Amino acid sequence: MQRFLTAFWIALLAFGNSANAQDSDLFPDIPKALYELETPHPDDIRINHMNYLRHDRDATVRLGDRGIEFSLKSCIDCHAVRGPDTSFVTIESDRYFCKACHISVGINIDCFQCHNSRPEAVDFSGLFEADASGVLKAYLEEISQ
Amino acid sequence: MAKTMFSEVKSTPQFWGTLVILGAFVGAAAMSVLYIEKYGHIVTGMNNQIVWGLPHVFAIFLIVAASGALNVASIESVFGKADYKPASRLSSVLAIALLMGGLAALVLDLGRADRLIIAMTKYNFRSIFAWNVLLYTGFIGVVAVYLYMQMARGIPAIWLRSAGIAAFIWRLALTTGTGSIFGWLVARSAYDAAIMAPLFISMSFSFGLAMFMLVSTCTKRLTGQGFNDVLRLRMARLLGVFAAVVLYFTAVQHLSNMYVAEHWNVVKFILLNGGIYTQLFWIGQVILGGIVPMAILFHPSLARKTKPLMAAVLLIILGGFAQLYVIVIGGQAFPLDMFPGLEVSSSFFDGVINSYTPSIYEWALGLGAVALAFIITGIAIKILRILPEATSE
Amino acid sequence: MKLPMVNNKKTDPTDIGRRQFMKSGAAMVTVTLAPGVTIMAYGGSAESQANPATRWGLLIDVNKCTKDCDECVTACSKENGWQDTGNPETDAQWIRKIDLLNPETGLEQSLAVMCQHCEDAPCVDVCPTGASFKRPDGIVLVDKHTCIGCRYCMMACPYKARSFIHEPVTDQKPYAPRGKGTVEGCTLCVHRVDVGGTPACVEACNTTGNGAMIFGNLNDPESEIAIQLATYASSAIRSDLGLNPGVRYQNL
Ligand code: HEC
Ligand code: HEC
Ligand code: HEC
Repeated sequence: MQRFLTAFWIALLAFGNSANAQDSDLFPDIPKALYELETPHPDDIRINHMNYLRHDRDATVRLGDRGIEFSLKSCIDCHAVRGPDTSFVTIESDRYFCKACHISVGINIDCFQCHNSRPEAVDFSGLFEADASGVLKAYLEEISQ
Repeated sequence: MAKTMFSEVKSTPQFWGTLVILGAFVGAAAMSVLYIEKYGHIVTGMNNQIVWGLPHVFAIFLIVAASGALNVASIESVFGKADYKPASRLSSVLAIALLMGGLAALVLDLGRADRLIIAMTKYNFRSIFAWNVLLYTGFIGVVAVYLYMQMARGIPAIWLRSAGIAAFIWRLALTTGTGSIFGWLVARSAYDAAIMAPLFISMSFSFGLAMFMLVSTCTKRLTGQGFNDVLRLRMARLLGVFAAVVLYFTAVQHLSNMYVAEHWNVVKFILLNGGIYTQLFWIGQVILGGIVPMAILFHPSLARKTKPLMAAVLLIILGGFAQLYVIVIGGQAFPLDMFPGLEVSSSFFDGVINSYTPSIYEWALGLGAVALAFIITGIAIKILRILPEATSE
Repeated sequence: MKLPMVNNKKTDPTDIGRRQFMKSGAAMVTVTLAPGVTIMAYGGSAESQANPATRWGLLIDVNKCTKDCDECVTACSKENGWQDTGNPETDAQWIRKIDLLNPETGLEQSLAVMCQHCEDAPCVDVCPTGASFKRPDGIVLVDKHTCIGCRYCMMACPYKARSFIHEPVTDQKPYAPRGKGTVEGCTLCVHRVDVGGTPACVEACNTTGNGAMIFGNLNDPESEIAIQLATYASSAIRSDLGLNPGVRYQNL
């Protein structure tokens, strides 16, 4: 059963680019990335990200290559998800980018036993300077819907 | 000589009862492992100073005993002593079972036991540890083939003998490898010695035969099947010789270390002022685990009686355990000598004798591994024709 | 403006909440240009890899390394996120200060000891999975992705330079991941060195400490460390083992 489900999800994810699949209730609700990508992900990122990660991980750890494309740190930075309290959620949350998907396929990854699941303290103070109260109010309204 | 007939053991309440008790130990071990997995090794007595603890003492004991347990079969097929035949199948089974128990303890104590697949797919061939993983798994395979040949009908004698020789050579390599795990550690003055390999071989002969006699006596009690007392007496005398050899190599180990200037302190630590380790060495290993059982085993009448004989066997097993405890943990308790001649101190326990108190979880894991080995043996003698049929002597 | 949302499944992809994200890599810089406009950029050239012609090393002057100073230890702990949790026997220590006393002369010395980054590292030889390895530029590391936590390297290390992580860890430094059940030790701050920086301990020693540490390329005869080594006497801890460590000491 587990096998079958996984296969099903992979098929769905592989063809998930079509709008229909995304709108399907079965498709996992994947939070959006924070930033635009300069070079887009390869088409097979959904099914092959672990292989890309593994390959580039060895390049960094073993050879000291710091210019890798698939850096786990970068995924964490860009695919960070905000919780209701506006701070980034950790892997504990079901909304966490990597987890949102993996839950539905029944996969448990150990990466975040070591890798911090939240981005490096990024300076977002600027976001609030402009009109902190207004932005926050709008934001809170939005999530309360 | 009459042909020996082998059969599966009959179900007796005692037999199943014993398996259930052993199963409880395995269950306790499983729970400890899950607990350690969840909270980390902080719940054990091990720390950054004593990095290998009680589970390793159990694991190494079982692995060393496993290769020795095969000796009974080797005596029959390699050295052609036909009267050992009734005991030979059990010898092979016990060798496999003890090794599996030892490996289980070793693997379940890993910091990341969940990464076992990495341990089995990635090898660093410069590591004696990696070679040991291959030696251990290979041993199970070689002995399994050998056991099959012992049991199958119509196998030519030469095949059986070749398989026996292969298994015998393999077991020597295995024990050498296990001893070399320590012999390779140049940084630690307690281990850095070539004598470790022959010492471990002598230990395997002794512990293995003791385990075999313990198990065969118990299975005879529980099932009524086994071999006769004449054979058992011969084994008892042999065990006495092996125990003497272990004492001899231990003496050589410490005497030769005394001549190496930088090892003098660690010899003094083990033999004179090491507290618990000195006590375990003299009382546990030498007196109770060596001299007392030897006196029983060579005694004209005592060695014939089951109770004194079993006492001697148990003493050898406990003495062996004490010996490994002194080697594994005593060797780590003695601090690294980074700055010879200087007094050192730091926040990281440099220059101090390290302390270790095993936790209940480590005991549970270790005893569970022993129980697992016995359960595997029990199941094997239940489903395979391992033990000779009960004869009316 | 809009904050990045919790659930954006139906958000317009051209949402202004998104900003340009440059090429991935290390040494990320975050610049707040104007309120609400943040740019993340990664430095370091894309093709950079550990150079096999380099051998990184440290030189520590024991005369300058005083007993009361532990700036290097504090800096390392802050940089890499290991700390005192109140269990001294199981807490990790990547670098420590050792105080020495010569009982014959009464001379007291103090020095910092960390992974000595040996050329013939015993930890690399004994590691069954090859997780303990030496990079082309001589830095000895644990690949925590393949470490199974057997601790044989800790048994083999003559310097007690490695620690085992005994407890689950949370809130790690993003560039220094660490987690329960694996072995770790000084990395010579590879994440800094790879982008042209110096290890945190050396930086601290030279700013708030006593300037006892030099970091550099042992293979480059022009480097300060090589010149010092060629000019003044130095030694290695346990040089009798012939491991050729990359960390050297003066006046020891
Ligand atoms: C600079 C930002 C950025 C970085 C870095 C980045 N991504 Fe993405 N990723 C995106 C964008 C944009 C999308 C398109 C979907 C969206 O808008 O969220 C996306 C989509 C994906 C998807 C498909 C999600 C879906 O909705 O189906 C996966 C899987 C993914 N990324 C994995 C990764 C992994 C793994 C890494 C790290 C190697 C990574 N990403 C790094 C921006 C990024
Ligand atoms: C679009 C959905 C999706 C997202 C988002 C996603 N994954 Fe995955 N991931 C999968 C699927 C599906 C698999 C299983 C593929 C398989 O079984 O072959 C998988 C497998 C993996 C595996 C291999 C697991 C194993 O046991 O072999 C790793 C590692 C992994 N993902 C890492 C990540 C990381 C890190 C992130 C977040 C940056 C992430 N994934 C985000 C769908 C996703
Ligand atoms: C036991 C701890 C541990 C675990 C578990 C772990 N990592 Fe790592 N990882 C590290 C360490 C340490 C580094 C080295 C960081 C450095 O040198 O900057 C690293 C580096 C990396 C890098 C390169 C650095 C970067 O840019 O992010 C990648 C990619 C990576 N890991 C991916 C993974 C993935 C994918 C998983 C899960 C399948 C994982 N790691 C699990 C410890 C771990």
